[in-house]
Amino acid sequence: MKQTIIPLGPYHPLLEEPEHFKLYVEGERVVELDVEIGYNHRGIEKLSEGKTWDQVPYLVERICGICSTSHPMAYCLAVEDLVGCDIPKRAQLIRVVVCELERIHSHLLWVGLAGHFIGYNTVWMWAWKYRETILEICEKLTGNRNHYAMFKPGGVRRDFNKEQIDYGLERIVEMEKPIRLLTDAILDDPVIHKRLKGIGVLTKKEAVDYSALGPTSRGSGVPWDVRYDEPLDGFKDLKWKVIVQKDGDVFSKGVVRLLECFESISLIKQALVSLPEGGAIDADIREVPPGEGCGRYEAPRGEVFHYVRSDGSNMPYRHKVRAPTFNNLPTFKASCKGETIADVALITASIDPCYCCTERVAVVDKNNNEKILREKDLLKLSVDKTKSIMKKLGKTPPLYNMEI
Amino acid sequence: MKLLFYYLIFPGFIFASVIGLLTVWLDRKVSARVQWRQGPPWYQGFADIGKLLYKEVIIPEEAFGSGFIAAPLFGLASVVLAVTILCVSFFSMSEGFIGDIIVVWYLFAIPAIALIYIGSTSGNPLSSVGVSREIKLLLSYDLPMIIIIVMMASKAGSFSIQSIMDWQRINGSNISNWYGIISFAVAIFCIQAKLGRVPFDLPEAETELGSGILMELSGGVLAAYELSKAIMLFGLPMFLIILFWGKGIIGGILLYLLIMVLLILIKNTNPRVRIDHAMKYFWGWMSGAAILAGILAYFGV
Repeated sequence: MKQTIIPLGPYHPLLEEPEHFKLYVEGERVVELDVEIGYNHRGIEKLSEGKTWDQVPYLVERICGICSTSHPMAYCLAVEDLVGCDIPKRAQLIRVVVCELERIHSHLLWVGLAGHFIGYNTVWMWAWKYRETILEICEKLTGNRNHYAMFKPGGVRRDFNKEQIDYGLERIVEMEKPIRLLTDAILDDPVIHKRLKGIGVLTKKEAVDYSALGPTSRGSGVPWDVRYDEPLDGFKDLKWKVIVQKDGDVFSKGVVRLLECFESISLIKQALVSLPEGGAIDADIREVPPGEGCGRYEAPRGEVFHYVRSDGSNMPYRHKVRAPTFNNLPTFKASCKGETIADVALITASIDPCYCCTERVAVVDKNNNEKILREKDLLKLSVDKTKSIMKKLGKTPPLYNMEI
Repeated sequence: MKLLFYYLIFPGFIFASVIGLLTVWLDRKVSARVQWRQGPPWYQGFADIGKLLYKEVIIPEEAFGSGFIAAPLFGLASVVLAVTILCVSFFSMSEGFIGDIIVVWYLFAIPAIALIYIGSTSGNPLSSVGVSREIKLLLSYDLPMIIIIVMMASKAGSFSIQSIMDWQRINGSNISNWYGIISFAVAIFCIQAKLGRVPFDLPEAETELGSGILMELSGGVLAAYELSKAIMLFGLPMFLIILFWGKGIIGGILLYLLIMVLLILIKNTNPRVRIDHAMKYFWGWMSGAAILAGILAYFGV
């Protein structure tokens, strides 16, 4: 049969971000798939190496609008690992609250998008309506709906007062009922079962082989969760369980996310109730000694990994970021082949991909394996572009320090 | 002259467009309220068509230019003709002719065939996937619907709209019997598919194919297609009213609203199905139900 290439992206209603899937199809069946990313590189790691230790959380928060707590969390854990300090109990629990609020809103966002992808716009709108309450709680507790700016190496920036804690507890308890309604509506819908069950199966072995992370691995029966495995401060004193489903299909991944929302609600309740009265919220790190540290945190999409290296100055000498989509992306090779186009669209969405988080660039000459665009070249390209735009607008371009 | 008036003004083009576009608004507004959204103002459908009309029409290089523009207009003309034949009989403005019910059903198929022509000549790979889905869908929902039409016609003893309506005036509406209720349910799903609405919006499938079969349509050509779809949203429920109710304008309007409620309900409570599911569904369950209704009708239940 003749093979046709069906493009998904770079611009496609299915994708919130630009990326390009090439589907090689025979009729409606996909026989091979290529993924091209790299439309969204922003040079975060390099930028981070020019900021002080305290400024970096502001930057890494902007790696991803949805995981805007997970990246700072992993970064702070990395710095704390380097420094070797203990975090005050109150700060640990405040971190748990913010992180779990983020998990619920991220999962509800995904449920809504998944509904939209299968043409079920009612689920989309309802999930996002309930997500709105979570964002209101976030706003009340942290001051922002997203990009909470709560974390700093050594603790948190802002404390919760009594009124905020009461508000958070009251609203989060309210949330259980509508999320239960949504979950039941989705889990009991026969058409959704027909559409999602047995689609894009990632077996347990494949999930381990590809090092799949987060709900993608937990949907395939691999109980990996950094919060539980590490275990992280704050989480280890609270009662909760890792949600695992065995089937590995799109439906299982959805079920994992929906059920995780209830675990998160329970975690938030426990953390808010058990917040110790008063006390410090910051370990007050004065300086960062030479050395290196790693931070791992379970973002809604899977494990986020940050590595920092210090030469004793006030900035990271090297900062490496790895987002979960980087690991989950190659699983498409296992889960998409043999499926129809209608299903592949869903499977690609089922890992809850976040491409702009993933993108770290290295342009390599295929023939001699040499890097042809180095950091210096990229910065120069960027500066030149800004200069040319400013010139067009008739403004004086700012002076840049080109030394790297 | 009278025929031209029927075709262009009442109950043809102008009347059907206005009612159709208002129905589109009703559909969008109710869907929006179901989804906790505000929804568009009542004139949104007219504004959309108006806007499209003064946009540039872009014809893909590979397409055959005049055919590309003519096909949707041809589809629009057929739909208007179908609605005119239906309404003229419904409002007892004319006698109609033998076999008009079959003619009307196939006139409603022409926009789909026009789309298939456009999609396959446009050279776009996503459109071609949409085309293959549209063909399969067209074949699948036609079978149960034809069974129902034949059943109703054989009850009335003639393939003419007028005689089907007359039969119901004397013997009571089809929908008041069990066979009528079953076949009405089947017909609702068939027209949902014919209108290309969720869960049967496979040829367009925004999030899979990015509008698929419609992808290369633009400007006035797209407006013609949208308008024919709006008119179908008036025409196809009208078709069901004639098949299942057949008498009285007030009852007809109520049934029209009931059909719209069902169509909107189905649209908002279902995800998109896959094409193989849709085919199995129509050729299996739906055709089975239509045959069952036929058997019941034979025994007069």
